[in-house]
Amino acid sequence: MTEEVKKTTEDEMPDWSEYRGVLVYVEHREGVAKPISWQLLGQGRRLAEKLNADVMALVIGDNVGKLAEEAIAFGADRVFQVDSPTMHDYRTYPYSRAAMKVIHDAKPEIVLFGATATGRDLAGAIATHLPTGLTADCTQLDVEPDPSRLLLASRPAFSEKMMATILCKQYRPQMATARAGVFEALPRDPSRRGEIVHVDYTMAEEAVAAKVLDFIREESTVNIEEAEIIVAGGRGLGSAEGFKLLQELADELGGEVGASRACVDVGWINHHHQIGQTGYTVRPKLYFAFGISGAVQHVVGMQNSDMIIAVNRDPEAPIFKIAHYGIVGDLYEIVPAMIEEARKRKADAASGKGSKTEAEGGVRV
Amino acid sequence: MLHIVVSVKQVPDSREIRIDPKTSTLVRIGVPAIVNFYDLHGLEEALVLKEKYGGRVTVISMGPPPAEKALKQCISLGADEAVLITDRAFAGADTLATSYVLAEAIKKVEETWGPVDIVFTGKQTLDGDTGQVGPGIACRLDIEQLTYVSKVTGYNGETKRVTVQRKLEDGVEVVETKTPVLMTALKELNKPRRAPMPGMLRAAQYKPIVWTTADFPNLDRSKIGLKGSPTIVGKTWVPEIKAADTQMLDGDTKVKVGTLFDKIWETELPARFGWDHAANGKGA
Repeated sequence: MTEEVKKTTEDEMPDWSEYRGVLVYVEHREGVAKPISWQLLGQGRRLAEKLNADVMALVIGDNVGKLAEEAIAFGADRVFQVDSPTMHDYRTYPYSRAAMKVIHDAKPEIVLFGATATGRDLAGAIATHLPTGLTADCTQLDVEPDPSRLLLASRPAFSEKMMATILCKQYRPQMATARAGVFEALPRDPSRRGEIVHVDYTMAEEAVAAKVLDFIREESTVNIEEAEIIVAGGRGLGSAEGFKLLQELADELGGEVGASRACVDVGWINHHHQIGQTGYTVRPKLYFAFGISGAVQHVVGMQNSDMIIAVNRDPEAPIFKIAHYGIVGDLYEIVPAMIEEARKRKADAASGKGSKTEAEGGVRV
Repeated sequence: MLHIVVSVKQVPDSREIRIDPKTSTLVRIGVPAIVNFYDLHGLEEALVLKEKYGGRVTVISMGPPPAEKALKQCISLGADEAVLITDRAFAGADTLATSYVLAEAIKKVEETWGPVDIVFTGKQTLDGDTGQVGPGIACRLDIEQLTYVSKVTGYNGETKRVTVQRKLEDGVEVVETKTPVLMTALKELNKPRRAPMPGMLRAAQYKPIVWTTADFPNLDRSKIGLKGSPTIVGKTWVPEIKAADTQMLDGDTKVKVGTLFDKIWETELPARFGWDHAANGKGA
């Protein structure tokens, strides 16, 4: 395929008119799509509309007809389905070859993947083979309309302190991996019509060196993206123990525990809890930031929360600029007081004292 | 006997990078350079495998001359040989152009020291954050790739197959494949050792081997550096933060928390979450 690459001088745009539409790779496990797949299909549809082109989905697997139909319900005009027992487990070699065949035949101008382990593994292989440009880990995807039809793939750069828009002018398709939890899926619409293209592609099992021996599922019980209340902690917690305290408050309020990247990097909590540019983008009704300084990379992931409450020892912490309510103080004093207050108010309500009743011993300002 | 190549990158310590609030540009002066720490996990695993099965560990790095320091660090940890691939013509490379040069360098490593069984890279670099160079190298060398490796569970010298665990978002995959293979290392893979005294002494004396474009007579010039990079950086900006009308709460802890909960209780949340459940019927 390398021979087919067209390359011209820097200033001249090659003729890419035969490359049209947006192709989205539908990542799944055993036929169940990852949320990122439908999020990207939604965003792919928005881009395709600006380009006046189709949005296509690529489904590779073993017995994935249902998934192909789902892709239509979630916005695809056309679905390329590669279905074969060899494709049961994701493996770079057969998947990348199948995807390259579809890209070769369908000639999309843009191909999108989730910035997941699998999405990055697959996209990295395909982009090198084609070859073409690949932008990793995008948090914003836009297009320039005709005539350039350029993908504006924007991502955090320089350890997330800045954003950069990456362009690929001289090659097609333009490829990008994009982060989960940033783009919105379209509502599922089973009445939507689309075309399923059964791609004639097979590979003998003997041709594949990699064998998947086992998969140990470690599903996260955290659903930070949809939480209406998030109790988040940062470096100011000082240790992994701090998250136990936050969990207690979260349980009391019916929320989820979130974290800044710093805490995930040092291993106090796992990445399912991470909020910010390299984690989830959230917009809950109530967001508590405990010991989070408010670095840009965290703030862009939560600044659209309805109510932000920041607690920090440092009165100068930037988090106070974006918080609606700020408390300067030691979170190890304040969190227990909050747990107690929440319990008391709920108990009062239950016993009929009412939420406005003055708490015992409490002084109202 | 295994011949393992570890590809490392010297990166600015991202924690130290600041943005000049006036100009919105990066302040990189005085930012220390470190070895991308995921690469060090790759090196550690290479050293462990070498100790177990015998063989050699060759470290390569593409970068400007100061990256020599990163290579000397790898020597101090136990690498046998270290090669710096440096040339102005390589500058400005994106992941595609980088993987081309590194793959060519690995071919040259094979010519120099014999066939390579395993290539390690970090899962991603701290400055680029893409994770694309590893798969790129594997494709160009036409070898197997195993990304996001959290454990190397076995190597069979007779069948020449490796078994590893890959850590994915939703679980751990156990997979085996043939060598030669490229693996990208997670921090869960191991705990990198400290440099032993003999290693430090060797590193102090050691001069990394330097390869420039002159050492690659068959290099395709259209595939390296800026010219060989399909992606270009358009604009950069500092994400905008919307300042809120912040109300700071005063008083002792109890007062602050009480005031805060009064504010929360003014919203729809207590009703939404049933916190005021009993109060609804009886009235406050």
